[in-house]
Amino acid sequence: MYTCIHVSLKNAKSLICDLLQNSEDIRCKCICPPYRDIEGQIYKQNVSLKDCNCLHVVEPMPVDGKDVEAYCLRCECKFEERSSATIKVTIIMYLSILGLLLLYMVYLTLLEPMLKRRLFGHSQLIQSDDDVGDQQPFANAHNVLSHSHSRPNMLNKVEHAQQRWRRQVQEQRKSVFDRHVVLS
Amino acid sequence: MQVDAGDGVLFRSASASERQTFSELNSNQSNPSAGRRSGAGPGRLVDPLEDPLPGKSKDRDRHREIANKSRQSTVALLHSVSDAFSGWLLMLLVGLMSGALAGGIDIAAHWLTDMKEGLCLVGFWFNHEHCCWTSNETTFQERDRCPQWQSWAEIMTGTSEGALAYFVNYLMFLVWALLFALLAVTLVRAFAPYACGSGIPEIKTILSGFIIRGYLGKWTLIIKTITLVLAVSSGLSLGKEGPLVHVACCCANILCHLFTKYRKNEAKRREVLSAAAAVGVSVAFGAPIGGVLFSLEEVSYYFPLKTLWRSFFAALVAAFTLRSINPFGNSRLVLFYVEFHAPWHLVELGPFILLGIFGGLWGALFIRANIAWCRIRKSTRLGHYPVTEVLVVTALTGMLAYPNSYTRMGGAELISELFNDCSLLDSSQLCGYKQVGGASNSTSGAGVGNGLADRPAGVGLYAALWQLALALVFKMMITVITFGMKVPSGLFIPSMAVGAIAGRLLGVGMEQLAYYNHDSAIFRGWCSPGADCITPGLYAMVGAAACLGGVTRMTVSLVVIMFELTGGLEYIVPLMAATMTSKWVADAFGREGIYEAHIRLNGYPFLEPKEEFQHSSLTADVMRPRRSDPPLAVLTQEGMTVEEVEALVESTHYSGFPVVVSQDSHRLVGFVLRRDLLISIDNARKRQEGVVGASQVVFTEHSPAPADDAPPPLRLRGIVDLSPFTVTDHTPMDITVDIFRKLGLRQCLVTHNGKLLGIITKKDILKHMANDCQQRPRLHPLQL
Repeated sequence: MYTCIHVSLKNAKSLICDLLQNSEDIRCKCICPPYRDIEGQIYKQNVSLKDCNCLHVVEPMPVDGKDVEAYCLRCECKFEERSSATIKVTIIMYLSILGLLLLYMVYLTLLEPMLKRRLFGHSQLIQSDDDVGDQQPFANAHNVLSHSHSRPNMLNKVEHAQQRWRRQVQEQRKSVFDRHVVLS
Repeated sequence: MQVDAGDGVLFRSASASERQTFSELNSNQSNPSAGRRSGAGPGRLVDPLEDPLPGKSKDRDRHREIANKSRQSTVALLHSVSDAFSGWLLMLLVGLMSGALAGGIDIAAHWLTDMKEGLCLVGFWFNHEHCCWTSNETTFQERDRCPQWQSWAEIMTGTSEGALAYFVNYLMFLVWALLFALLAVTLVRAFAPYACGSGIPEIKTILSGFIIRGYLGKWTLIIKTITLVLAVSSGLSLGKEGPLVHVACCCANILCHLFTKYRKNEAKRREVLSAAAAVGVSVAFGAPIGGVLFSLEEVSYYFPLKTLWRSFFAALVAAFTLRSINPFGNSRLVLFYVEFHAPWHLVELGPFILLGIFGGLWGALFIRANIAWCRIRKSTRLGHYPVTEVLVVTALTGMLAYPNSYTRMGGAELISELFNDCSLLDSSQLCGYKQVGGASNSTSGAGVGNGLADRPAGVGLYAALWQLALALVFKMMITVITFGMKVPSGLFIPSMAVGAIAGRLLGVGMEQLAYYNHDSAIFRGWCSPGADCITPGLYAMVGAAACLGGVTRMTVSLVVIMFELTGGLEYIVPLMAATMTSKWVADAFGREGIYEAHIRLNGYPFLEPKEEFQHSSLTADVMRPRRSDPPLAVLTQEGMTVEEVEALVESTHYSGFPVVVSQDSHRLVGFVLRRDLLISIDNARKRQEGVVGASQVVFTEHSPAPADDAPPPLRLRGIVDLSPFTVTDHTPMDITVDIFRKLGLRQCLVTHNGKLLGIITKKDILKHMANDCQQRPRLHPLQL
């Protein structure tokens, strides 16, 4: 039984190691400029830092024995590493947050008024004075809702917080976009 | 006499809507301790209790109490240790969070920028450089061509050459750019309108004491981060340094809520925000010291030494976090990190100063043009169509930028290429020199400069010069209309790009001049043929510093940022020469940098620390009440009833009232705040027995014994500030303004021969300064 646990731990560790560090994420890049009649060339290999020099990376060597040193002196070799896992995770997180925000925006502008209109009908809703008509035509919808149905407190709080946030955004929008009072 | 009310509204001849807003604010004032400040408009001045000086004294009391208690028990000792540590822990968290966000922004921006040109087939999340990272098909001439990356023309039509491919690429470039810009502006508009613009002018105002609610909130942070990436990727001529400062300050503001010490004290929170501004610049440029100096010089109002050390710590933590995320794949911090060690000669100071003059002229011109454009946006119908404006500018930028390869690449890439010194290993068009005398003439110069002698320009270089000149004109004009749009936009990178192009052009010009005239008197001594004497990359760097200095008027911080970017202490003298020249030339045309100009355009109540008066005047000329005003509303230390006090408070809208000995002799006792008065009277009515309208209000220490049938007096000495700041009526205005700036006051009492004469507030000073500069006072509309 102990050997089983031991083996499975080893497997898990190697799996995690593979996920986190792709062996393709290191490379040695050598740039060799034109030499006599040989064109300039770029060589890449994924070797470790100690092997990152002209002799190990430049293959096949375009010059013969005695010119190799002169050729290699002109080459510049650099060791580089990156983390493709970080890049992947970052991009996927960015796209998902962007997608969520877009969906939320679509929901707020299109779906929510439609849903509320379907639930309440036009007669019960009163327009408040100071809204310009885009975000808050159903400002007291949640009041009506709380009077008519008994909802759990949590949902009420969320609704309340959301309404307050939307009012704030509307204020901000008025002062930035309409009156140009803040932020030119 | 007008003392401004607690929300910052000066109640003179306000229009009806302002009056209504004001009375809403007034009704919110009665319960400020509950912490609800909803609907109070975008900004208000900090309460006097939370100004730097009294805020610091509150903090010192608290600290003294903790220190005294710490000797009593181990728990109290631990509490005192953790209290001292909380500041450092907060800085650490701010650095980590900002560094992580900046790394994410960099990675996402690179990817999205390359998305306009093509797609990586091995993994859509790779940008162009990373897609071709392992490929062996890159050649010396075309370093970014590999089969894994395909441009849109290749994907859609299968060809990569020819007119059709060019057209398809052009179209897709425009489509993506418009899509990104549209997403950016709609997200900003829908979720967080405060996320647009640069953010540095508003942060300067916040650090001088004006609170803008929601400006540093979590929605602003999320939207700013996401839309910054979109805006940068859409090809617009803007940078991300200013918005990164805003992002860092948002992080700091949000993290302050975790620590009670910082959550409640606005003055200490502003210290943290100063440090966060340093963190922002540090992650933008990879320059921690430069960031701290930037915060000190440009952004902060009140920068004690303790903040210096903590800012440096936070900036280092952020730079280290960014480096470990490694967004550029080479452990570099910034895209244009160059390592130059080419020497320069004293004669080259001439061209460097010329670049400084260019930078100063460009700076002055840019500020005037941009402010004029922003004013047009504020006052005409252009301002009603922000989304359309963004889309039109993006389309214009995309259409004009695509044909020229130097404007098609992003700002940071352009700067990186211009700073690059041409060596044998480069094959770009800008390094298209003619080979002179065989290909093996350069091994001798190894170790000094790049080992390459100055060479005559080849065909490639001439083509590059033409394109660069066109790019210069284009960038100069397009940045004027881009900065200030309703997307997050910074202007460090565009200004540096303009300067770098100008510098490189001058550098190549000098190089060719030196090559063809190596016998003339100027060059003979130091620039013999076959030597590498002129480095155009250095000229580009100096030009970038000069232009950025001309626009923002930074001095020390700019020089430090530039040499942190290059690692070359040799270049301090050219950088300083260019920066000083550009600042002098730009100051000759107008004293304000771009951020102060925007502050004045928006009318924020910011007392500019560097302004001086043109005409000397006395405090008596500026204080209130003036001749035509009603007399000063004061409270006497005894003799007023609760009813009278309430009537006085209700009939006026001042945020505080002086307390004097009696109506005959206006000898000053102290100053009491409106809201403290109202709260105390409310509490007394509810809790204390017998306090009614006819009760006497007593501000003295020992009240006279009340008559038998009179109700008990209301003692309010506890709420009076017995040490209000006073100046005499003959104090020159310069000194009064200095007092306001250095102590962070909101109002100051004016006495004459020891008797109270009037009051002077920060708003009066701002109006006076605006009048003094012979411009119409442009105060924040809520202040009118």
